[in-house]
Amino acid sequence: MSGAYFQRDRDWHPPALTPGYKTSVLRAPRQALLSMPTTPSEETGPVFGHDVLGPLDNDLIRNFAKDGGEAIGQRIVVYGRVLDENARPVAGALVEFWQANAGGRYRHKKESYLAAIDPNFGGCGRAITDAEGRYAFRTVKPGAYPWPNGVNDWRPAHIHFSVFGHAFAQRLITQMYFEGDPMIWQCPIVKTIPDPAAIERLVAALDRHETIPMDSLAYKFDIVLRGRRSTLFENRMEGN
Amino acid sequence: MVQRLDYLKESPSQTAGPYVHIGTNPNWVEITGVWKDDLGLVLVGPETVGERILVEGRIIDGSGALVRDALVEIWQADAAGLHNSPTETRGTADPAFAGWARQPVSDADGLFRFETIRPGRVPFSGGGLQAPHVTVWIVARGINLGLHTRLYFGDEAEANSVDPLLNRIPDPVRRATLVAPRTERDGMPVFTFDIRLQGDGETVFLDM
Ligand SMILES: [Fe+2]
Repeated sequence: MSGAYFQRDRDWHPPALTPGYKTSVLRAPRQALLSMPTTPSEETGPVFGHDVLGPLDNDLIRNFAKDGGEAIGQRIVVYGRVLDENARPVAGALVEFWQANAGGRYRHKKESYLAAIDPNFGGCGRAITDAEGRYAFRTVKPGAYPWPNGVNDWRPAHIHFSVFGHAFAQRLITQMYFEGDPMIWQCPIVKTIPDPAAIERLVAALDRHETIPMDSLAYKFDIVLRGRRSTLFENRMEGN
Repeated sequence: MVQRLDYLKESPSQTAGPYVHIGTNPNWVEITGVWKDDLGLVLVGPETVGERILVEGRIIDGSGALVRDALVEIWQADAAGLHNSPTETRGTADPAFAGWARQPVSDADGLFRFETIRPGRVPFSGGGLQAPHVTVWIVARGINLGLHTRLYFGDEAEANSVDPLLNRIPDPVRRATLVAPRTERDGMPVFTFDIRLQGDGETVFLDM
């Protein structure tokens, strides 16, 4: 039997209101959140079977490419584990990822950046973690891109991640950055996270050991979801 | 020095950004051929047990403008109050009801709309029953950490009056932000759940 999910550390996450990231100003709730222990409604969550996945879902180099083509750019493998705060692997977690192409351009009708579209790159993929919480995908390294915020703000190269754990309370969206990128520390969205130690949790390490010779660089990116209390000496009410 | 507590820290959140739908609903943004159907589009099939209802609403920012680039997910129990989840411990949920769905809000009118069923009652952590509710989670550009809230049903006054979460909200105006009023359309109950991110009528968001 397991108990409630650990309280979220809201000093570790970015606060809602971060004026340096201008869009947050009108979208940030100003009232205090209502705090509640999780209930069965949050301690459960949807599950996705491996049967939803196609063979190229985790291969962004080829999953949108036409006629045997491949996406242009620095070939990389991104891999890692999904764990919880108790350091246990989260098996069967659906991990979705999306990104700009090697030139920093998204395939989206509202995207206006002048960098070229890559006809062989869609920019989305997904994977489900195995029994040890592992996932992996192949892609091209996304480019940095300018965005309307300050007069001349740029996003560092990044990949967006959406993760489902075992419980809806664990639902998380975040972004992965790349080791050694000096643009990380200039980014208003990165800087919504107050603690540099927390930002470092989002910087994937270049892993020379997992590099595929004559093919792809490798980056390791572990993701941690909320953990859950054990129920030591707790009386559980009937029906729980 | 003391023994170490070997907990990890949760990965910090970052905004879903303006193009979240590339990852979650690629077909909807015309990235076709990668996978066939976007996940979470349909909740209810002919076999699903329960009263058919519509849940719809808009997301409104602090200036009163509609948010048109959000992603909304819902998660709820089946008609008997059970969740279709491996972590459900109280019984087996209706296999014809996934309980989870998601939608991009419409570019045109900022509307999200889910055809679902009225959920049964789910126990509270400390005992007793909660009023029927739907868990709602929204992400968008400018939202740094996904916002959790709950929809309660406007025609469940009796259950709502003893709901432990609603009863933690002393201000009736704030409490009302979680209770979706009922109307009817073509014989189907419609529950309207407008989410106000900020300012007058700001929705109650949850830290759960
Ligand atoms: Fe991005």
